[in-house]
Amino acid sequence: MSIDTATAAKVAKLARIKVEEDALPALAQEFNTILGFIEQLNEVDVEGVEPMTSVTPQRLKRRVDEVTDGSQQDKVLKNAPDAREGFFVVPKVVE
Amino acid sequence: MSDLHKLTIADARDKLRAKEITSVELTQSCLDAIDAADALGAYVHKTPDLAIAAATAADARIAAGDAPDMCGIPLGIKDLFCTQGVDSQAASGILKGFKPEYESTVSQKLKDAGTVMLGKLNMDEFAMGSSNETSVYGDAVNPWKVDERNLTPGGSSGGSASAVAADLCLAATGTDTGGSIRQPAAFTGIVGIKPTYGRCSRWGIVAFASSLDQAGPMTKSVLDAAIMLETMCGHDPKDSTSADIAVPNFEAMLTGDIRGKKIGIPKEYRMDGMPAEIETLWQSGTEMLRDAGAEIVDISLPHTKYALPAYYVIAPAEASSNLARYDGVRFGLRATLGAGDGITEMYEKTRAEGFGPEVQRRVMIGTYVLSAGFYDAYYNRARRVRTLIKKDFEDVFAAGVDAILTPATPSAAFGLGEMTDADPVQMYLNDVFTVTVNLAGLPGISVPAGLDAQGLPLGLQLIGRPWEEGDLLNTAYALEQSAGFVAKPNKWW
Repeated sequence: MSIDTATAAKVAKLARIKVEEDALPALAQEFNTILGFIEQLNEVDVEGVEPMTSVTPQRLKRRVDEVTDGSQQDKVLKNAPDAREGFFVVPKVVE
Repeated sequence: MSDLHKLTIADARDKLRAKEITSVELTQSCLDAIDAADALGAYVHKTPDLAIAAATAADARIAAGDAPDMCGIPLGIKDLFCTQGVDSQAASGILKGFKPEYESTVSQKLKDAGTVMLGKLNMDEFAMGSSNETSVYGDAVNPWKVDERNLTPGGSSGGSASAVAADLCLAATGTDTGGSIRQPAAFTGIVGIKPTYGRCSRWGIVAFASSLDQAGPMTKSVLDAAIMLETMCGHDPKDSTSADIAVPNFEAMLTGDIRGKKIGIPKEYRMDGMPAEIETLWQSGTEMLRDAGAEIVDISLPHTKYALPAYYVIAPAEASSNLARYDGVRFGLRATLGAGDGITEMYEKTRAEGFGPEVQRRVMIGTYVLSAGFYDAYYNRARRVRTLIKKDFEDVFAAGVDAILTPATPSAAFGLGEMTDADPVQMYLNDVFTVTVNLAGLPGISVPAGLDAQGLPLGLQLIGRPWEEGDLLNTAYALEQSAGFVAKPNKWW
């Protein structure tokens, strides 16, 4: 297993983080170092072991399905980099 | 300047009750100390006006005779906690200018108890780091200093550790995903406890790895940790993983009597290349507990070695999911866009500009291990190993062990900048003794236990059974009394 620059570029794209072309080889190298460390997990016999889903055995609590919050448009938009007329504003997404 | 800021919570509480001091005096003493300590980089957003207003209200409440234990106590709050109307950036550029419209449950509980927030504390960006060097605000500095070098206070709760050790507050909140309370506590000679997963609500705390994150207090004594933890704990309907279990009076459980308690010493924590001083400290801590009447037993936690690699799959995986919300749309930073840039360019440029290198690295590692074709090989395998790590502890507790004693860190505090050229894995090794506890969801506490040859503090870690923080704190209390650690850093700042 070794990550090349093409894979590093693909991961950056999936993560929606812009990485300049000339930074990709160093990034791939870092990934390889970290993944090399993680490879140790292959030594462990995990046959028949369940993947952990919850660290404490607990049943999630249930509540009545009803509206308990809302009508806070001003607060929701307060920290937006760009908000107009009660909406978040983003670059055009549909032609 | 008065010395009131040097008080412990317990002493300040008693003096406030006895009307010997007021919360306003106590708070002002802290604010003066904070203003004289900018060189430590501990506080990143100071809130003196809010603090004096809260202290005034606390004094009125104390005068009326209706005051909980924590009423009037000045605290620092880690920047990871959302605090209403006050900058909450998780030390990240991507949350620049973010002022939440709500208060985290834990900080709200502290507010309701009448505590006084002095300001927000430095940390590693999104709590990802072990030296406080990934912060957008710059480094927090350890008040302990033995030569010309500035030392790290540890991380991620580095500002909290620095502030408590330098008496810039009576105590501080921290959070711990892989050791972020216990490692900085050990590096600065203070007490830090991570409670059982689910004890404290995570609501309103900026999420890093949701299955591992827990809040906890960082204090000057075990007694203070008991008092403050009680205020922070409790069920919260807004966090589905918070436990609906009664919170005991932890302070009342501090008897110092640990006779007959079974303390496990795990052989796997004796690492190759561990400094002799750490080994000696661990040995002397063992003797202290034995002298206090505990029974010492050798135990084995066979999967210990695999905890860090499992953590560095699970934590980045959860982080990549949690941090997907930083998209330049709803809060914080949006990068300046060029002509013709669409929404994808907005996401990519915003996240490249807003996240620092370590956060980018972890988000991308997380993306990779969750991606099609690797999910089973990495993520599911790590979760299986996590099951085995937890079972190691369950087996030991089932055999009658009450608590486990280990070193808190593999070394004393190192110099800021000294790890810059090391590969990321070298930094990750700082958490080798603490990360198992997060993976198993257990409570763990770091207690200052001695100084190394250079004069820097070293800590020991005690790990307890789930939900038995009271018993764990009591064992820590006995260890604290035997260790008699009273050293303080010499003021140079």
